[in-house]
Amino acid sequence: MEEFFVMEIKKTGVAGTMESSDIIVSIEPKETDGIELTLESAVMQQYGKQIEKVIRETLGELGITRAYVNAVDKGALDCTVAARTAAAAYRAAESTDFVWKNGGVK
Amino acid sequence: MSNFDFDSIPHIAEVSACHGAYAEENVNEKNLMSFDERQKESKKVLPSIEEAIRRVGLKDGMTISFHHHFRNGDYVINMVMDVIAKMGFKGLTLAASSLTDCHWPLIEHIKNGVIKHIETSGLRGKLGDAVSHGLMDFPVIFRSHGGRAAAIESGELHIDVAFLGAPSCDPYGNANGYNRDSEEGSCCGSLGYAKLDALYADKCIIITDHLVSFPNTPFGIPESQVDYVVKVDNIGDPNGIMSGATRYTKNPKELLIAQYATNAIVASGYFKDNFSMQMGSGGASLAVARYLREKMIEQDIKCRFALGGITGQIVQMHEEGLVKKILDVQSFDLIAANSVKNNRFHQQIDASYYASYLNKGAAVNQLDFVILSALEVDTDFNVNVMTGSDGVIRGAVGGHPDTAAGASMTVVVCPLLRGRIPTICSKVNTVCTPGKTVDVVVTDQGIAVNPARPELYKRFVEAGLPVTTIEKLRDRAERIAGTPESIKYGDKIVGVLMYRDNTVLDVIREVID
Repeated sequence: MEEFFVMEIKKTGVAGTMESSDIIVSIEPKETDGIELTLESAVMQQYGKQIEKVIRETLGELGITRAYVNAVDKGALDCTVAARTAAAAYRAAESTDFVWKNGGVK
Repeated sequence: MSNFDFDSIPHIAEVSACHGAYAEENVNEKNLMSFDERQKESKKVLPSIEEAIRRVGLKDGMTISFHHHFRNGDYVINMVMDVIAKMGFKGLTLAASSLTDCHWPLIEHIKNGVIKHIETSGLRGKLGDAVSHGLMDFPVIFRSHGGRAAAIESGELHIDVAFLGAPSCDPYGNANGYNRDSEEGSCCGSLGYAKLDALYADKCIIITDHLVSFPNTPFGIPESQVDYVVKVDNIGDPNGIMSGATRYTKNPKELLIAQYATNAIVASGYFKDNFSMQMGSGGASLAVARYLREKMIEQDIKCRFALGGITGQIVQMHEEGLVKKILDVQSFDLIAANSVKNNRFHQQIDASYYASYLNKGAAVNQLDFVILSALEVDTDFNVNVMTGSDGVIRGAVGGHPDTAAGASMTVVVCPLLRGRIPTICSKVNTVCTPGKTVDVVVTDQGIAVNPARPELYKRFVEAGLPVTTIEKLRDRAERIAGTPESIKYGDKIVGVLMYRDNTVLDVIREVID
């Protein structure tokens, strides 16, 4: 991945489901700098910070600096959170230049 | 009749249960009505719950009891508490065998001071949530089924009035968990928890929706223990009381756990002719029953008795001749309930007979193995079945610690993770069953054996089972899910967990959102 690559969010992109152990991530265009994230989670108390960290990291790796992100989590593992965030981002950017990586469990 | 002088009878003053000389005027006039007329006139049958409460002389601060055989379909507790509240009573102790989601209206009665204190096996739903958030000043006392039975029979938990719902009752108080006179209405099978309350309560009121002709035999509760009978339109929602048959799981994780657990049982050394067992009603437990049935047929091994909460699976095995006798304190589904009614060797037992540590013999002590579920298990093998991963009360102790203590081999079945929440952890939120009494933990990702049972470990390894350590299971769970942040508790103690000998095992603290 190029170092200063910036991915532009063009429309609303959604990935994921409301099923148990999944997360649904919706990404929308934003005029100003920064990521504005709202997160609901079935495991907010135990994993809320971790989920937010994974979403922000994933967006950062994709070079997204401006976006509204809305995520509803039903107890997804980190690998799922990252995969859904990336899929939603590619859709929102109308990009098919997928750079998949082996994420998740270390 | 010979003439005698009472006082001249030798040693008469030393004879106990002798109330002086016979006097004809003390003999009541005979009742000359026909049997049928008489039972219609039974003085025990009262027109309303209110009237029954008045007659038994309920007072502020007394202890009242209920059973939980109607589970989430129960109307009795809310119905009776509404009447009690309307009559203006305050400061009562509610000692139920357990409480569930449908009992959330109790929150108002607690707020209004009608209920001061609760003793139960469990709490769920809105009520559990409210208690966890500090609803009550007096902490809820949680007892196991055996611990509650022991407290009642020792007189330490004294019940002033028991309000016991029954799907059928005759005008004299012979009550049953089913209805022999018609197929209609509600049905709960065994009245195991109610039986003990009826026996020990000062006053016992049966609340029924089917008043049947005397004698309602064979009965769960005999008329000799019943003060009054009240007929109401509905004691519960039949669909909430019982499902037709407990559903058989298709969840592959549960099926895998069940296979491992079955193989562990077969390899344990306890799986031989005339063995004894208890199984829960959870998905994995039921699947164990199914797999074990195949092994029993394959190896021509019969079970001498099955104990506990009884399901249709156990009944099926009984009717096939694989399980010779059933001891049933609580019927989990309609098949089990009907079997109590129809099968001669499906015996209804009370809570003390089931699990008390105090009586002269409890059936849990005759168990080879028990299959139990868990919300959490820690690396000391302690089990939590009470508080959820957010620390909120949403479970019941039930017979968990009783059967774990009694059985030669206690097998806990649980998935390694539930959603993202690790089931195997370093320290459970609430200890309900001490690790000392837990022998084997079976997850979908391996089996851990308590180091206190090296012979089981050896047998499982020899049988080629996926044996690991409890620490490795915990590490694996945390590697997959991440280490959860701990729950924020306040200082206030909202619940006290009694062990089965009624010593304090753990406390539950208020949850801070």
